[in-house]
Amino acid sequence: MKFPIYLDYSATTPVDPRVAENMCHYLTTDGIFGNPASSSHAFGWAAEDAVKQARQDVAELINADAREIVWTSGATESDNLAIKGVAHFYHKKGKHIVTVKTEHKAVLDSCRQLEREGYEVTYLDVQPNGLIDLDVFRAALRKDTILASVMHVNNETGVIQDIASIGEICRNNKIIFHVDAAQSAGKIPIDLQALKVDLMSFSAHKIYGPKGVGALYVRRKPRIRLEAQMHGGGHERGMRSGTLATHQLVGMGDAFRIAREEMGKDNERLMELRGRLWEGLKDMEEVYLNGDLEQRISGNLNISFNYVEGESLMMALKNMAVSSGSACTSASLEPSYVLRALGRDDELAHSSIRFTIGRFTTAEEIDYVIEMTREQVRRLRDLSPLWDMYKDGIDIKSIEWAAH
Amino acid sequence: MAYGEKVIDHYEHPRNVGVMDTKSSDVGTGMVGAPACGDVMRLQIQVNDVGIIEDAKFKTYGCGSAIASSSLLTEWVKGKTLEEAQEIKNTEIAEELALPPVKVHCSVLAEDAIRAAISDYQSKQEA
Repeated sequence: MKFPIYLDYSATTPVDPRVAENMCHYLTTDGIFGNPASSSHAFGWAAEDAVKQARQDVAELINADAREIVWTSGATESDNLAIKGVAHFYHKKGKHIVTVKTEHKAVLDSCRQLEREGYEVTYLDVQPNGLIDLDVFRAALRKDTILASVMHVNNETGVIQDIASIGEICRNNKIIFHVDAAQSAGKIPIDLQALKVDLMSFSAHKIYGPKGVGALYVRRKPRIRLEAQMHGGGHERGMRSGTLATHQLVGMGDAFRIAREEMGKDNERLMELRGRLWEGLKDMEEVYLNGDLEQRISGNLNISFNYVEGESLMMALKNMAVSSGSACTSASLEPSYVLRALGRDDELAHSSIRFTIGRFTTAEEIDYVIEMTREQVRRLRDLSPLWDMYKDGIDIKSIEWAAH
Repeated sequence: MAYGEKVIDHYEHPRNVGVMDTKSSDVGTGMVGAPACGDVMRLQIQVNDVGIIEDAKFKTYGCGSAIASSSLLTEWVKGKTLEEAQEIKNTEIAEELALPPVKVHCSVLAEDAIRAAISDYQSKQEA
């Protein structure tokens, strides 16, 4: 076994060796290094062909048309382009946007920016399992609502929203529907011929492609218009200027192609490993699963170990790379807003650990993780005054704590 | 966040972990912090007839820096008079452990804990 064990696949994934190998052919004089926009010579044509193939590979994973793919620098840029681009283009139709409290910061902060520009945004609550109540969603729509933005899979909990139903509601109300699919593409099937989704954000590095590249799907029928956020040479049909990074796009294309070919097999294996991990931990005292277990991607397990603080647990799990919703891991000293939106108490949010597994995780690693986690939770609980109180039957909520 | 060596040492080998009898007249208990804020410290001191801290114990729920701050504090207060212990400043703890600015509040909590423990002990003597 190689240490530390990587269990943070939702933060980023290693580039698949097959992808990395191919990317190298698009950089040097021996390779295809031309500018895909150089339409006057063979160097440009070769690069353009490579980009065309990558566009096709990305489109195929999500059953879209290659002409609906706009390259970006990643899902954050895609979210910005989708939300601000739509808001700015359609502002005469209305200035109201609906989104959800558990969205990624790229969506929430884009909405905040629009609020500063005079738009109104409704941030919906989720149910305790992390899913949106469709009636609550429907009730939030107004005459002047132009856009709804709901993520497909949550980055912290791995919970899958029902974007098919939300899309139907949006289409029936003539509201543009944007979905951040950074955490779902390549992990669960996406069929944009069937889904009533107008815009969808993608990232390469969450599915074994390189960092620094992503895409925005922009529907052609019915046609969705955007105001560009990046101005320049008019690349990507004017929606996103900037010379295309051929090697990055080739990497993203390969990663999406491999995901399409191997998703089924990968998921089966991950489901088994995730089950093994949960089975190995769930019988411990005061352990809580955050988010729905069924409506969840196979690679995610987010657990709160009550009476143990998440950051100190991460420090104890030094042979493994995990993440936590604890305040201590963030600059703001606030515990995870996602877990709080699920209605989790602050102390449970502080006590959460996110294990995300992926293509290179092994059963041997999972067994080690179970053993180590059990041992370290036990050790930290022996150090915890709250655990003592719990064992003495004192309800910690009955005590008046001085917030600091 | 990368931790300093001393934080890791105290975190991995915490000194004086334990519990004293809260009701005992020679024991002072300080419990500070809040679960919702992610840290709770319980610091206990045992004081002899001449006002010297003979023993100290702690338990802490919190990040590595919080655990290290309370562990270090139990080492420091042993053998000190109440007056001397009262003088310990959070900045000394932060400096000794090389805490980064974002973790300074952990040392503040430790200072609060020893003061609370002393005050609990003193109120028992007055009773």
